[in-house]
Amino acid sequence: MIKAFTTRRPEMTPFLLLAPAMIIMLFVVAVPLVFSLWTSMTPYQLTKPQTIHSFIGFRNYARLLTDSAFWIPFGRTVLFLTIALNVEFALGLGIALLINKITWGQRGLRTIMMFPMMFSPILVGFQFKFIFNDNIGILNNALQSLGLTDQAIPWLVDGKLAMFSIIFAEVWMSTSVFAILLLAGLFAMPRDPLEAARVDGCNAFQVFRHITLPFLMPFAYIAMTIRSLDVARAYDIVKVMTGGGPAGRTELLWTLIARTGYENSKMGMANAMAFVSTILSILFTYYFYRKLLAARRFMGGVQ
Amino acid sequence: MAEITLEKVVKKYGAVGVVHGIDLAIAHQEFVVLVGPSGCGKSTTLRMIAGLEDITGGLVKIGGTVVNDLPPRKRNISMVFQNYALYPHMDVRANLGFGLKIAGQSPAEITKRVSEAAEILGLTPLLDRTPAELSGGQRQRVAMGRAIVRNPDAFLFDEPLSNLDAKLRGQMRAEIKKLHQTVKTTVVYVTHDQVEAMTLADRIVVMRDGHIEQVGTPMEVFNHPLTTFVATFIGSPPMNLLPATITGGAVQLSDGSTVPVPDRLRGFVTEGMKVQLGIRPDDISPIGHGLSQDGPGAELRLTVALAEPLGMESLIYTHIAGQEVQAKLYGPRIVQPGETLDFRLALDRAHLFDAATGRSVRAA
Repeated sequence: MIKAFTTRRPEMTPFLLLAPAMIIMLFVVAVPLVFSLWTSMTPYQLTKPQTIHSFIGFRNYARLLTDSAFWIPFGRTVLFLTIALNVEFALGLGIALLINKITWGQRGLRTIMMFPMMFSPILVGFQFKFIFNDNIGILNNALQSLGLTDQAIPWLVDGKLAMFSIIFAEVWMSTSVFAILLLAGLFAMPRDPLEAARVDGCNAFQVFRHITLPFLMPFAYIAMTIRSLDVARAYDIVKVMTGGGPAGRTELLWTLIARTGYENSKMGMANAMAFVSTILSILFTYYFYRKLLAARRFMGGVQ
Repeated sequence: MAEITLEKVVKKYGAVGVVHGIDLAIAHQEFVVLVGPSGCGKSTTLRMIAGLEDITGGLVKIGGTVVNDLPPRKRNISMVFQNYALYPHMDVRANLGFGLKIAGQSPAEITKRVSEAAEILGLTPLLDRTPAELSGGQRQRVAMGRAIVRNPDAFLFDEPLSNLDAKLRGQMRAEIKKLHQTVKTTVVYVTHDQVEAMTLADRIVVMRDGHIEQVGTPMEVFNHPLTTFVATFIGSPPMNLLPATITGGAVQLSDGSTVPVPDRLRGFVTEGMKVQLGIRPDDISPIGHGLSQDGPGAELRLTVALAEPLGMESLIYTHIAGQEVQAKLYGPRIVQPGETLDFRLALDRAHLFDAATGRSVRAA
C-alpha cells in the first residue's frame, strides 16, 4: 500500500520517511510543552483537577514579575552559577596545567580526576550533608580535634555557610569538567607560539597570560556552556543538603519550582516559573556561545 | 656589537648525544648559515643559541657575555620559526608590537616601530588582519617583521622557508637577503637546502651528525670541499666520486684506465694511495659542449645511459669504470640513450679524497 502511495505521489516519500521521527517528537516534546504552556496560563492545582480548564491568560506571569519570593531565588541562582563557574574554571585550569606538566602516571591521574563526575549528584549531596553536619560531621570533628575551633560550626544551618557548603559540593563534583576540557586544549596547543613568546621577551607568567590563556578560552567557553545549563537547573544537591533552607536561604529556582508545583500543588504557577527560568539558561548559553564563536574565529588558522 | 661564539658546545638528551662539542665564531653583522641533512644537530644548535634548549656542555656567548643560563628573553635575540609561530589571536599589528609591549615601550614608540617594520616588509595594508587571514608568504613576512621590530642583537632563522612553495621560496630568499642588507644584524640561519645556504650566506657551516664538517664562504665550500660529505652535499647535482688508486703518478680507476693527477694536487698524493676522484657533473661534458675547453683534461669515450634535457643544458647519466656518473651537456642538443660520445673531464677542477678518511688529500 505504501509502495503504491509513493509511486503515485513520489514527492511525499521524504515526509513518509520522516513521519516516525515526527510522531515521536510530537508526543515526547511538543505535546508536553504545549500542555505545560497551557497550564502556566491557568490556576491549575494538582488537588483541584478542574482548574486546568479556566484560562487566565498571563495572570501567573504578571504576578511573578512583582513577586520577590520568585526573584530572590532567581538572583541567588545567578549568583550561585557565577561563583561556581568561576571557582570551577580557576581550579580546573590549575589542575589541567599541573597534569599537563606530569610525564609519568598522567593517564591514571586523568581517570582519577573524573571520579567525582561518576557519582550520582544525590549521593554527592548526602556525602557532603554528613561531612558538613554540625553534630556528627567529620569536618567539625576534624576542626575540633585539631584545636582550630572549640565550638561546632553550623555549616548547613547558617544561611551564608549553607550556601557556601552547597557551592563547595557542586565545585567538588564538577571541576573535572573544566579540567578535562582545558587539558584537551593544552594537548592541542602548538608549541611554536609559546617559544616565540619566550624569545619575544615574555617570562613564564606573561607567556601564560598572553598566549596560553587566550588559546584555552574557547575550551573554557565550551565547559561554561555545558556547566551553565547544568547549574542553572541545580536541584538534587540542594534538595538533599538543605532542602532550600534554612528559612529559604538556599532556595534556588528549581527547588522553588518543585516546592510550588508538588508541595503547594500550584502546578500552573510552577509552570509559569519554569518558563521564565528557561530564559536564564537561554541567556547564558547564548552569551557563552557568542564568546566561543568570537574566540574560534582566529583559532581557525593556528598554523 | 653582537658576535656569537660557541665553545665546545655539547647537547645530549639523556645518553644520546646530538651535538658533539662544536666550536664556531660568528662575527658582528655576519650572515652564517648552518646547513646539513635532517638530524645533523643544526636546529638544536640554533635553539641552544636562542635559549630554547638547555646546553649540556660548553659555552655560548652573545656579545661577549656567557648566556648559557640566561632565559631567551634576556638574550636580546629574535627568532623566525619554520611554522611562523604567529600569535593566532592577535592581528598583524599586535603580533608585530607584542615584544615591544612586553618590553614596556610606550604606545607611540610601538606604533612608530611597527609601521617602520611593516613598511620595510610591505605589510602596511595587512596590519588589521589576523594570521588566519594571511597566505603562507604573508605569514612568513609577519614572522620576520616581528623579529626586526625589536631591534635585536641577532636574528635566528629556523628553516623559515621550508613550508613555502618553490616559487615563493625563491622570492622570500631574495627578501631575506635584502633585509639583511637593510637591517645590518648578525644572522644565524638554519636550512637543509644547499641552494639557500649558497645564496644567502657570508659563511656556510656544514654540519653532519652533530659535528662541523667545514666552515667557509660559499665559494670555498663549493670549490674546496674538505670532505666527500661536503662535496656531495653542496652543489646540485652532487659531485661524482670514483674509487681509484694512485699508480705510476696517475689516477688509476677501478677498471684500470688512468687519468692524470691534477697539477694542483700533485704534491699531496703518494704512490699506491687509495683515493676517491671527485668531479662535478659540470666538469664532465661531451667535447664542444663543456664549460671550459682548455686547461688540463682527460678524454674518455662514454655511452649515454639516460639524458634529461633541461632546455639550455642536459643532464646525462653515463658510466665511468662501471660506476654511474652524472655529466652535463651545454647547448640545445638532443642526446639519445645508447649514443656514444667523446667526453672531456676538466681535471683542473677535480678533487682527490683519501678513501680511508673521506678527507681531501690537501687537508690530510
